[in-house]
Amino acid sequence: MFKPSWIRRGILAAALGSSVVVATPALAQERELLNSSYDIARELFSAINPDFIAYWEAEHGESVGVQQSHGGSSAQARAIMQGLRADVVTYNQVTDVQVLADAGLVAEEWQQALPNNASPYYSTTAFLVRKDNPKGIESWDDLVREDVRIVFPNPKTSGNGRYTYLAAWGFAEQAFDGDEEQIHDFMRTFLRNVAVFDTGGRGATTSFIERGLGDVLISFESEVNNIRGEYGSDDYEVIVPPVSILAEFPVAVVESNAQRNGTEDLARGYLDYLYSEEGQRTLAGFNYRVHHEAVVEEFAEQFPETELLRVEEVFGSWEQAMEAHFAGGALLDQLQRR
Amino acid sequence: MSLALPRLTGRRRVLPGFGLSLGISLMFVSLVLLLPMTSLVGQLSGISLAEYWAIISDGRVVASYTVTIGAAALAALVNGAFGLLLAWVLVRYEFPGKRLLDALMDLPFALPTAVAGITLATLYASNGWMGRLLEPLGLQVAYTWVGIALAMAFTSIPFVVRTVQPVLEDLPQEVDEAALTLGASDATAFRRVILPHLWPALVTGTGLAFVRSLGEFGAIIFIAGNMPFETEITALMIFVKLQEYDYVGASAIASVVLMVSLALLLAINVWQGRFIKRLHGGRG
Repeated sequence: MFKPSWIRRGILAAALGSSVVVATPALAQERELLNSSYDIARELFSAINPDFIAYWEAEHGESVGVQQSHGGSSAQARAIMQGLRADVVTYNQVTDVQVLADAGLVAEEWQQALPNNASPYYSTTAFLVRKDNPKGIESWDDLVREDVRIVFPNPKTSGNGRYTYLAAWGFAEQAFDGDEEQIHDFMRTFLRNVAVFDTGGRGATTSFIERGLGDVLISFESEVNNIRGEYGSDDYEVIVPPVSILAEFPVAVVESNAQRNGTEDLARGYLDYLYSEEGQRTLAGFNYRVHHEAVVEEFAEQFPETELLRVEEVFGSWEQAMEAHFAGGALLDQLQRR
Repeated sequence: MSLALPRLTGRRRVLPGFGLSLGISLMFVSLVLLLPMTSLVGQLSGISLAEYWAIISDGRVVASYTVTIGAAALAALVNGAFGLLLAWVLVRYEFPGKRLLDALMDLPFALPTAVAGITLATLYASNGWMGRLLEPLGLQVAYTWVGIALAMAFTSIPFVVRTVQPVLEDLPQEVDEAALTLGASDATAFRRVILPHLWPALVTGTGLAFVRSLGEFGAIIFIAGNMPFETEITALMIFVKLQEYDYVGASAIASVVLMVSLALLLAINVWQGRFIKRLHGGRG
């Protein structure tokens, strides 16, 4: 059976460091939507967009086009602040949408505008280990063992990496009952076990798969499942730890741009479509966890039950987490100091 | 055997008047060079000197200077030596494939640096062609400081070759033959006759290679490993600041790179002027 090697292509495109705009064929006078999204969502939206276009045509009798732009989601948000006329954003970090809201480009109450904190799908942080799990890695405390080397992207440059850091912290906080000194020790060892800090998720995948670095790759559950599907389910195993972090994928309309482009209804329709049964099924097919009950039931086997910690519960808010952990000179910097 | 040359009347020049050409050049320089730099420095006006100092003297950033400057220096020196050799081979010898080798010299400029970085990392990772050979010898290249220097050397080799090559082409072979007939040994002829002519170009080329390496990001990032305090380069520190939406911090660190580069280029220019004066002034 032919299986397109889309992760490989994604890696190459990501590696070229470019935020590529992929056009879905469209006529010149058609209304067009520009979706600014995160790096590893290329394949996902390439699958969703044609479905949405067909849906919109059937529903409203209007033929429209959807363009995608992908890159690190902070860089993507920066591009919009500097004038990129994207109509909607679909990111993997709440903070990157919040930055746009703070700049007045996205509605202040964007998280209330759509169900589930404006996050149509979610995921968590999971492990990819080599065949037969030779190091017996089951949870976060296995990752601080002396014989284990970890690969995950740099929390300084990658939202994906930040989730991994926060998940490990959340685990440690539970395990050590909030004892600060023990948590710090745990995190210090955890960070020291990192084999290589790539700047983004796809780079980390390359290091783990192609270069053979490390014993475990940590990334979104969706991503590790996709990687396993791509590179051989016999060679790798996915481990979902018993405790991990809830990773939301927030979406929002970039109001000022949509107004100017005359695409407000289209933009809202696009985001609503992500919540529809059809949209949710596509999302689940890409190993994202979804909310639509029928779809959840259908894919129940694919997603092991696990305790998902909310960033807001463990760290107060995203803002506080960023401030206390990832800002210059904050905890992450201190823990990495030697 | 006199040759009748067409006389140019008056002081006609190929390009129109001095005023216009200077004006256009200055405008171009302003738009392409000065404006972006001014805005970079302008970003800094929002912070106090103490804050500026705190940003640029942060331990992790300082560690990145050491890594970057050390690796760039190594890369520049290696390129200085091998670039000179390459230029020499390309100018002084005829051999099949010479054209190809000549064209190959520009490849690092043409190739997207990220592609170069990924290729190097693939080759030198412990499961790559080169890595598999080097690792048993205890030499790890990828994800170490050596890998950073390697990536820098790759992207900056054309600077040395392309600055030395034309000077060497202008230096007729008769010059070294004359030195030899006057009794100089090969080594002396090279050291006392040829090298002095090449010095300015060689130093400029090496200097440019060094400065280029200071700012390189794409090629290095894939092979560096990016471990804090060990293999983080300054360009990554700037990238990190931008990720944090900290434009001022990014500009502050960038200004350090800019000042080092500018100072070095200026020093080379001044030195070169003096050297050439001395060379032609006939005093050694």
